[in-house]
Amino acid sequence: MGSATSELPSHRTPLNDTAETGLKIVVVGGFGVGKTTLVRSVSEIRPLNTEEVMTQASVGVDENGAVATKTTTTVAFDFGRISLNDSMVLYLFGAPGQERFWFLWDRLFSGTLGAVVLVDTRRMDDSWYAIDRLEHHRTPFVVAVNRFDDGVRHSLDEIRQALALPAHVPMVDCDARSRQSGKDVLITLVNHLHDLAIAQEATL
Amino acid sequence: MTRKPVDTGDPDRLYTITGGRSRADDSFDLVTLIVSESGPVPGMQSEHARILELCRHPAAVVEIAAELGLPVTVVRILLGDLLDMGRITARHPRAAPSVAAMPDSALLQEVLHGLRNL
Repeated sequence: MGSATSELPSHRTPLNDTAETGLKIVVVGGFGVGKTTLVRSVSEIRPLNTEEVMTQASVGVDENGAVATKTTTTVAFDFGRISLNDSMVLYLFGAPGQERFWFLWDRLFSGTLGAVVLVDTRRMDDSWYAIDRLEHHRTPFVVAVNRFDDGVRHSLDEIRQALALPAHVPMVDCDARSRQSGKDVLITLVNHLHDLAIAQEATL
Repeated sequence: MTRKPVDTGDPDRLYTITGGRSRADDSFDLVTLIVSESGPVPGMQSEHARILELCRHPAAVVEIAAELGLPVTVVRILLGDLLDMGRITARHPRAAPSVAAMPDSALLQEVLHGLRNL
């Protein structure tokens, strides 16, 4: 492999030098539901992707090289970026809903502000697992229904019932392709988080 | 740019990059912002040099991983090296990295304000 020192991507848009605080919001959902589309519609950069590779016994690998016995989990996710002001940068992660991903949730997304569960009404089964896992990890979330042009149009109430979603979880319709709609989804989530924070602070 | 998302096909290569280490510095969050304190110097490992180039302006750990085409764990190891050498500084997220810890309402208000102004 040749040296890669000089091949810096020239199209990269750097952050403002005053950027201080990185924040995370995660978009979860089944395959093909539009996670990347949503990330792209609100991101100031073209979505990038990366992987986390985790070896199940990776903590404390020793010099004897017991490497062969380990199992490796690889999770790919893509992400976009929104500079909120001079100092705050929000990173938006699109992450798959399958099982091996949740294995890495704490490692990757601890400290996340909250999550958006993106739902496709034609494949709602995919959403149950994500909702169950978010509740398990006590990550606050909202449900956004990505409205595709085709298919029967179910009301949000019907979808709430189908997902057995508690009344306190906000739901919103969206078009993941639309920047304004994507913004509205994020605002719905952060409004919800703000309400939760106010309620929690009132009990202190 | 249509390169493969991440080059994980060759474990030997990753092993070489990290000098055989697999224990990453967990203090680097995905969104910890990294800033170079100096430019690359001759003879430096190429991945270290690329990170220093990339972080002339702040860049999140996850951005570095994506730009280098390396898994996040590998990048954390490389960043640990650079931090030990005093060549980078790390701006860690304000929110406590504990699971289910709620950020305060003032921070969320700032986020809301930023989103509405987009």
